[in-house]
Amino acid sequence: MKILVAVKRVIDYAVPVRVKADKSGVEALLPKMSMNPFCEIALEEAVRLKEKKFVSEILAITLGPAGVQDVLRHALGLGADRALHVVSEQELQPLAVARLLAAVAKRESVGLALLGKQAIDDDSNQTGQMLAALLDWPQATFASKVEIDTSVPSKMRAVVTREVDGGLQTLSMELPAVITADLRLNTPRFVSLPNAIKAKKRQIEQLSPDSLGVEIVPQLRTVEVNAPPLRNAGTRVSNVAELVERLHNEARVL
Amino acid sequence: MMQVPRTMSLQHMLTSPNSVIFRMMRSLVLVEHKNERVEPVTRNTIKAAQILGYEITALIVGDRVEKVAKEVAETLAVSKVLVAKHSFLCHQLSEQVAQLLKSIVKRDSYSHVWAPGSTYGKNILPRAAASLNVQPVSDVVQVVDKDTFVRPIYAGNALATVQYISQEGPRVLTVRPSAFPVSESGPCSSKADILYVQDELLSELAESSTRFEGETVSKSGRPELGSAKIVVCGGRALKSAKNFQMLDSLADVLGGAVGASRAAVDAGFVPNNLQVGQTGKVVAPDLYIGVGISGAIQHLAGMKDSKTIVAINTDPEAPIFQVADYGLVQDLFTAIPAFEEEIKKLQRA
Repeated sequence: MKILVAVKRVIDYAVPVRVKADKSGVEALLPKMSMNPFCEIALEEAVRLKEKKFVSEILAITLGPAGVQDVLRHALGLGADRALHVVSEQELQPLAVARLLAAVAKRESVGLALLGKQAIDDDSNQTGQMLAALLDWPQATFASKVEIDTSVPSKMRAVVTREVDGGLQTLSMELPAVITADLRLNTPRFVSLPNAIKAKKRQIEQLSPDSLGVEIVPQLRTVEVNAPPLRNAGTRVSNVAELVERLHNEARVL
Repeated sequence: MMQVPRTMSLQHMLTSPNSVIFRMMRSLVLVEHKNERVEPVTRNTIKAAQILGYEITALIVGDRVEKVAKEVAETLAVSKVLVAKHSFLCHQLSEQVAQLLKSIVKRDSYSHVWAPGSTYGKNILPRAAASLNVQPVSDVVQVVDKDTFVRPIYAGNALATVQYISQEGPRVLTVRPSAFPVSESGPCSSKADILYVQDELLSELAESSTRFEGETVSKSGRPELGSAKIVVCGGRALKSAKNFQMLDSLADVLGGAVGASRAAVDAGFVPNNLQVGQTGKVVAPDLYIGVGISGAIQHLAGMKDSKTIVAINTDPEAPIFQVADYGLVQDLFTAIPAFEEEIKKLQRA
């Protein structure tokens, strides 16, 4: 079974961002880009499924302008077998990403698509669900545990525990399916130096929206981006009694 | 302002069945419910939908839904309640709920489709949107006009105003519950009509291969984290699951809920449905008390809209003090029992 893992290049999670003066977007205070943490977890899960012999080939895919390729090198270093880059200079909203991924999933006849539950830049939490809809595959979002049930070899199933409000839910579904990874699915490994060097020499396959027959028409326009309202400066209290007194008399919340 | 492509004639706008101008302006709200009760986040979602002033239909999907339908019809400000009842909808699996939602939106041409930005709404709504060929907007915190919405990005470090530029298709939205607070609800002035979705639509539903295998529900007896007026949150500095009992005890005295940072969840001190932050729950209580929490941006994303923020931490440089209204630099193991005592004193007074 082939597995498709979508990875996104984002501003590193530890780098503070601020809104640009012209309100067109945000800028990072340090020039550090990384693979979206949830994508890294999805990829790690794919590698573990391959180590358990459920998966024959891991296809890592990313979308965007030329500069996003470094996450594919990282993916190859972590254990992806092939790297695919859908080159597009246009802004890609989740629906467009889902369409492009659906086209690739069909073309490559993948048996499972693994994604992160959300990207930490746009925080949309949509792409996996949309991909599942477009392919008409079952979905398991916010996965914290994935097992493959091979008791009926012709109809392999994924048994997935999901993190939902109020607790955990377990679903099982026939493959092919779309699974999105939550934080607690696993702890991603590090890329070893030899693997990183090997990954540098590997080829990255380039695709285009045209070659996949997908037309990209953004439906949303970002009008402006603003900084969230600033909070008033707080005060330090010297002890617990003062804290409770102030919460009672000043803030009136007790 | 609505932007009309030059190529689209007025004639076309008035006659195209999918055109926004032609289409009736009305909202459909997907009701989240559990154990025959409406989940509080549904009320926040209706509050957001009300801002546009259009007629609101509530959609209830499930198996045992009579009580929920009655509760919605009698206590929520909706003009119609649409019920899709079928035994195989009992676990409200995304595949079937999304398909049903799509069919109903197409049949009745709703201009706006809303769901709570909970794990329930986020699981289902994008799936329905994609099959309607619509790019949804997640976590709406402000409704500007029928096409324009504000949503947080970058863990709440920026607020993006986004506008639909396509004329076709409904606007599909999930709502951040904490951004649309509701007061305690009494009965509505008028009861809404309850209509049942006919069998044709239900029999169209494809049988999904997905099977519900089970669930683990964390029970606490405390107010629900997302809607509690007071939230006490603990971090890694609590050091153990046992020490979290200090926070449980404090929360009980305050009548509040307990939350946690990711570090505390990852360390196994508390279950992960208590996580507050970018990838957990977003809370905006009247009083948030952060205990032994440093205040990483991912955690701040989940609580910085709280009305009053208290931070108790031994590290005076901890970033949480930058957002705290009241900061106390003290060891939590002495501060928390003392805090509880002071509150009891206050309550006795």
